[in-house]
Amino acid sequence: MHRSQGPALLAAVAEATAEALSEAEIRLPEDVEKAIRAAYGREHNPVARGELGNILANIALAGEGRTLLCQDTGIPVIYLTLPPGLPYTKDLEEAVARGVRMATEKVPLRPNAVDPCTRENTGDNTGPGIPAIHVKPGETFAVTVLPKGAGSENVSRLGMLLPTRRADVERFIVETVALAGGRPCPPVILGVGIGSTFDGVAALAKEALLLPVDDMDPFERQLCDAVNALGIGPMGLGGDTTALAVKVKKAACHTASLPVAVNVQCWACRRATRVVEGWR
Amino acid sequence: MTGVTELRTPLGEEVLTLRAGDRVTLSGTVYTARDEAHLRMQREGIPFDPRGAVVYHCGPVVAGDRIVAAGPTTSARMDALTGFLLDAGVRGIIGKGGMGKGVVELLRGRAVYLAFTGGCAALAASRMRLVGVYFPDLGMAEAVWAIELDQLPLVVGMDAHGNDLFGRVWEEAKAQCRARFHNSPGSTP
Repeated sequence: MHRSQGPALLAAVAEATAEALSEAEIRLPEDVEKAIRAAYGREHNPVARGELGNILANIALAGEGRTLLCQDTGIPVIYLTLPPGLPYTKDLEEAVARGVRMATEKVPLRPNAVDPCTRENTGDNTGPGIPAIHVKPGETFAVTVLPKGAGSENVSRLGMLLPTRRADVERFIVETVALAGGRPCPPVILGVGIGSTFDGVAALAKEALLLPVDDMDPFERQLCDAVNALGIGPMGLGGDTTALAVKVKKAACHTASLPVAVNVQCWACRRATRVVEGWR
Repeated sequence: MTGVTELRTPLGEEVLTLRAGDRVTLSGTVYTARDEAHLRMQREGIPFDPRGAVVYHCGPVVAGDRIVAAGPTTSARMDALTGFLLDAGVRGIIGKGGMGKGVVELLRGRAVYLAFTGGCAALAASRMRLVGVYFPDLGMAEAVWAIELDQLPLVVGMDAHGNDLFGRVWEEAKAQCRARFHNSPGSTP
């Protein structure tokens, strides 16, 4: 049984995408703001407290004034959950892109999408392969957006480690943050993928950034503590708060492989979800 | 470090008393400049009085006569384009992430680097009023905007005495990482 993908449903998809993207750019998710507030309470370094205070003031001002949290409004990454019976089609893909273009014009967002070689800007945050769309089966029809800034994306790393050296997983993660220093606008959130394949592990790392940051298991907590021991602090000016959270997603992998990916996210971990109206 | 020092442009000898890690606020006119503006100023001259001036590494979002978003951009891109500004009398640079070792030496005895919190575009805009523009043909992000600041909160990242807070913190972090994993191979420099 295929549900109909008429113009009304496609318009609703575009609308949901535009709404989710607009909301993500203006209001930080509650769990992320809570984590920043908690870090501010714990921080001992006065410079770091000042930086975290500025970030909290910025979040409040953006929310009140309905303005952008950050001028790097990111590259759009989209996660679609499709309910049973609803196929993923070219029309659906185009409807999501239309939603990105609508938000780019309306908010407005900075046009960041360019040709990788000529660097020519497409002007509307879409282009071949962008928005990046990931599809998962689900119970409802929903659009989740994760606009990703470049400063943190650029210091992300992927490694194919030796399966006999599992302790190197922690090293690789901590080292990624040490090599990045202040460049990704810390405090960061680390999305970590372990396992899968060369391409799959990067997707896992990015998906980990969708998980709530106010809940870490003992392994994630251990990684987060190890990163914070580096003392890089907010913006690389030193302090107790280098990472707000580390979130890990695992998948099975080849017995001869140990893929690890670290997707670094700045403090502005922008994400929002909208259910597509009228899909039932 | 105690309290917050209030600074106002044009800056003078008072910048020599600042130390890396000091918290300050800055008021008065500053000038935005990114990559293209630096190249243009180098070629055609600085369009504002550079004596005691402050340059802000920023590509703002401007709507009419209003600044909508104006967070700092990564300063290190301007490392090789900074000497002529300091030689002309610029006393302060605002940006994020700090600058290279060469700039530490260029600042010595004359100017400071002031760090503004990355990503805080709304906070920055709330402390700003647009007063003018030079090189508008460079486009919104790259033009030189004259902006009146009202107590923008900043941290002295690099002082006029060779101290570089970013550099010190980063070196310590890398050393800490090497020490923690000293018996396993890796790529920490």
